[in-house]
Amino acid sequence: MAAGFKTAEPLEYHRSFLKENCRPDGRELVEFRTTTLNIGSISTAEGSALVKIGNTTVICGIKMELANPSVEAPNKGYIVPNVDLPPLCSSGFRPGAPGEQAQAASQFMADIIESSEVVKTEDLCIERGKLCWVLYCDLMCLDYDGNLLDTCTIALLAALKNAQLPEVTVNAETSLPEVDLKKRKPLQIHRHPVASSFCVFDNSILIVDPTGEEERLSTAQLTVVTDEDGRLCSVHKPGGTSLSGERLQECISRAQVRHREIRKLIDKVAQSVTSGK
Amino acid sequence: LRTTMEVCSSDGFNVTLREFGCEQCLLSRPDGSSSFIQGDTSVLAAVYGPAEVKVSKEIYDRATLEVVIQTKVGLPSVKERSQEQCVRETCEASLLSSLHPRSSLTLILQVLHNDGSLLSCFLNAACMAFMDAGLPMSCLFCGVTCAIASDGQVITDPTATQEKESRALLTFAIDSTEQKVLMSSTKGSFSVHELQECIAISQMASEKIFQFYRESVQRRYSKTL
Repeated sequence: MAAGFKTAEPLEYHRSFLKENCRPDGRELVEFRTTTLNIGSISTAEGSALVKIGNTTVICGIKMELANPSVEAPNKGYIVPNVDLPPLCSSGFRPGAPGEQAQAASQFMADIIESSEVVKTEDLCIERGKLCWVLYCDLMCLDYDGNLLDTCTIALLAALKNAQLPEVTVNAETSLPEVDLKKRKPLQIHRHPVASSFCVFDNSILIVDPTGEEERLSTAQLTVVTDEDGRLCSVHKPGGTSLSGERLQECISRAQVRHREIRKLIDKVAQSVTSGK
Repeated sequence: LRTTMEVCSSDGFNVTLREFGCEQCLLSRPDGSSSFIQGDTSVLAAVYGPAEVKVSKEIYDRATLEVVIQTKVGLPSVKERSQEQCVRETCEASLLSSLHPRSSLTLILQVLHNDGSLLSCFLNAACMAFMDAGLPMSCLFCGVTCAIASDGQVITDPTATQEKESRALLTFAIDSTEQKVLMSSTKGSFSVHELQECIAISQMASEKIFQFYRESVQRRYSKTL
């Protein structure tokens, strides 16, 4: 009976739970799903991480390439994030050119990198005006069950922390770059942005970490990105029903708590990786 | 072309907007059209619909809204897709699309000139075009862009130069009934206090913009009535 009710009237089904201040998967309204993190999962990439929030799985690989800096910014490298939502991860995505959600997510990741300066593009410059690094951050969703942006941000941050830059010297005679793959140093991470997503149900009820179904049924979505100093790197609300300044404040406070939880998780996993070596 | 100068100050904040201009019903083929000017930033909007919808895009209980942003030069990029998403979801929240189920609404936004605050100009042009098309809406909305300068000063409706020099850039869509935040898109980092200050300033600026909407429509109909 319950299964039939869920299929026929999904919104009513969710409402009946929210009325009792809980959700169909047994969580409270402000509770995140279990978050798991694995660092260095891809040995062929310079840095990588696999993140799971509930069922949602995102893998991030970082590849590096040498390039010429642009004329406008001769002392800066490039960071190119790309979010891929293949048909594998959900029936909602078709093969072919990336859809609006994937493109919007890619833009969101690029905005976070620029706003938070997690890695400064100046650090990627090898020789001013001549040589710099390009970091390709490929984020692939393996299983889509809501809250893509949070999962992607954690994956990106963990992969950047894991990434190792090989040493490059420019040969004075031939003026060709020489890469020493044995000598590597980690990227300098200046700040740690962590995202927290929220959904608004029936124009009033606020829930955190929405599942795929909750996202579909919700009337608005909001993602807040904070750093370790409690500053905001992004308040992204692409539309939907309106929120007052007070409700926004609630979300920010929750996001700051979430930031500390995720920082702890990343540090713990990073430590176990280095001690396991 | 109807233009008014908007300068006001209250509660210690100085909310200064550039010269605004709006013209409705300037294109003959679309069901609704408008051009919106904020200083030197200018956007042309056209609305088609309710019209027939492709079966693959049909939604059984409401209209399908499609937003297309056309840049002045070059092909639309990922940035435009992200802006399209912001505009579309804001419009979906205010349009009563359930009154036109299984039909399509198309909004085309053509950039004529970009001198900063482009996203807010998109939103304003969209709202005026929907009004011209006579589509039922639960509320009006407007866009306000705030730039936080390096000295912490908040500049409303910044120009492209002011945007470039700013430390953070925040764009909000505000609804006309409760003055709450419909959409928020930010760049750069800022404190929680600065965010709340920008929202408060945007809400004040929105009153001025809605007043401008009213005057603009009043002037348009005063000629025909």
